[in-house]
Amino acid sequence: MPKRVVSLWFPRLASDRFLRARPIDAPFALTQRQSNTQRLYCLNLLATQQGLQRGMGHSDARAFCPDLQSHPADLVGDQRFLHVLARWAKRYCPWVGFEGVDGLVLDITGAAHLFGGEATLLHDIHQRLARAGLLVKSGVADTRGAAWAFAHHGTGEAIQAQPLDAIGRLPVAALRLEEKVCVGLQRLGVRFVCDLSALPRATVTRRFGSEVLLRLDQALGTQAESISPLPNPSRYRVRLSLPDPIGLEADVMAGTARLLDQLCGKLKGREMGARVLLLTLRRVDKANQQIELRLACAMRDPLRILPLFERGVGQIDAGFGIDQLHLAATLVEPLPVQQMSHAHGRVDGRLDDLITRIGNRIGLENVQRFLPADSHIPERSYIIAPAAYSDPAGPWVNLRERPIQLFPPEPIMGAGPSPPAFLRWRRMTFRVERATGPERIAPEWWLSDENWRSGVRDYWKVETKQGRRLWLFYTPQNPGWFVQGQFA
Amino acid sequence: MVDYAMLSDFPDHFPPRPNRVHEVCGPNAFGFAFALAGHLRGSVLWVREAWQADQINPAGFSPYVDPHSLLIAKGNDQTEVLASAEEALRSGAVALTVIELTKPIGLTAGRRLQLAAEAGQSMGLCIVPEGTGSNAVETRWHCTSVFDPTDSTLQRWELIKNKSGTLTAWDVRWNAEARRIIVVSKARERPVP
Repeated sequence: MPKRVVSLWFPRLASDRFLRARPIDAPFALTQRQSNTQRLYCLNLLATQQGLQRGMGHSDARAFCPDLQSHPADLVGDQRFLHVLARWAKRYCPWVGFEGVDGLVLDITGAAHLFGGEATLLHDIHQRLARAGLLVKSGVADTRGAAWAFAHHGTGEAIQAQPLDAIGRLPVAALRLEEKVCVGLQRLGVRFVCDLSALPRATVTRRFGSEVLLRLDQALGTQAESISPLPNPSRYRVRLSLPDPIGLEADVMAGTARLLDQLCGKLKGREMGARVLLLTLRRVDKANQQIELRLACAMRDPLRILPLFERGVGQIDAGFGIDQLHLAATLVEPLPVQQMSHAHGRVDGRLDDLITRIGNRIGLENVQRFLPADSHIPERSYIIAPAAYSDPAGPWVNLRERPIQLFPPEPIMGAGPSPPAFLRWRRMTFRVERATGPERIAPEWWLSDENWRSGVRDYWKVETKQGRRLWLFYTPQNPGWFVQGQFA
Repeated sequence: MVDYAMLSDFPDHFPPRPNRVHEVCGPNAFGFAFALAGHLRGSVLWVREAWQADQINPAGFSPYVDPHSLLIAKGNDQTEVLASAEEALRSGAVALTVIELTKPIGLTAGRRLQLAAEAGQSMGLCIVPEGTGSNAVETRWHCTSVFDPTDSTLQRWELIKNKSGTLTAWDVRWNAEARRIIVVSKARERPVP
């Protein structure tokens, strides 16, 4: 069965991706910084019609086309998008590879009939991509090189004929040659592929090196060319079947230890760390018992992970016995190997293990830490983030003394802008001996906060004869006094 | 009524005995907890129930203890709080575990915390409502703020239960420059003529 290859080319992949998220009905270009200049990287149709082209300086382009809109290019995002497209293309055939940074190549040998033939398949691809807002050019041929040639320089139609007849009429650039070589060939009058194949091979090799003929042979099919498909996503799961059922906690832990060793070896080989582990214990009566372990940080050290399973295994009902153990890392994160150093880094993972243990009891998001935030509003001067998913970062800036405890504002009796001499709060009476203030804090108008509807606040630190040092505020725009905090 | 002791015995009592669980009550119990956490210079786990509306304010306690070294664990009820605290004390990964209690705990729970602290070689501090407390604790402190015309950090720390010593009280204040608690001499206590 002859091989059939589809080559897809997305001439405006980057700008199409951007415009999918933010449609712009104007000339638009993505720019990229190349050798100290902003250059156009990818343009939409309107910009091309204005006479702009790829590689042009951004300021020149703005001079030609004053209403050009632009945005910096995101090459990594484009690559990620191409990955998504490659995964999508697996609906047509299992063998999908990349073609450069803006193309895909599909080996549809034996798969086209499932879609009603090549023409229908290509029509389907075009229709779906057009609906997704992507411009695509495609070519189908017996070889990868010929398919590429049709996609980039052909009419985009499926052509089935003798290889040389099919691509002979295409320019030499369709052979995936470098710009310099193409120009050289054209200077010699070799404009089309059929001209090139008519030349004696020895002279071509002597003049242009072996690459030209290699590309020609690949396009004609005399030289094989492989398509490397995307790797399958790794599966991190291991299994242990037992000839006789087990039921003792120590036995289950020993089995888990064995599985963990295997799984961690697998994770280590791929430089990944587990974040969520799922241990499934299959009982003799086919009832499954599951233990989910959510880790506070990505880990692959079996000696550290094993004790964390103790609590879950202790709660398992073994019934008539367990005859299969199944361990899977359901969530993994990249965990590169690190240089061990005495200079910095965590002393040990005990704190992370503690977060894991407590987190598995009360929920991992309920173990939290404070992070500084940029706000004058007392209750918004910090944010509370789950400790497992954040790192301590950022400086704590204290311009003024703040209370160690904050309450939701509790109204008290009081009149006038100066603090009352006596106050009743939480059924206690206080005599104010000294009041320090006011410190005016204005609400952040760009955020609508229910609690700050009453307008600006004048904060006072009040020291009472009874001892308590309270933080009061007065709202001049809606007169009223409130207690919001307590100092040490 | 307790007597003022010699000033020199304060370092014997503060920080309190390591590898034990202690209790603190009174209006300024939080100030005591932060002062102790700052004194121990290690990471701190603060365990409390999730429904409590009062918040500890990192901008306020940052002079005492670095907010980055403090973690909060929020349990749904007191059982979860005690279980998390026991886990933390037993692991020894944090220098101090502060446990906010809203209901009195029994002798069993108190003893379990004590054993966990001894096993993990770390200190626990329960913040309890006034008048409650477990008999299993090593010491219990009562902390109040005191008004002083010249100083706004004056506090009275009273030792109201001590398993291995006498009951005493000190007037202390927070020295912001040195970032530590210092004892105020009795002479300093007298009103200025």
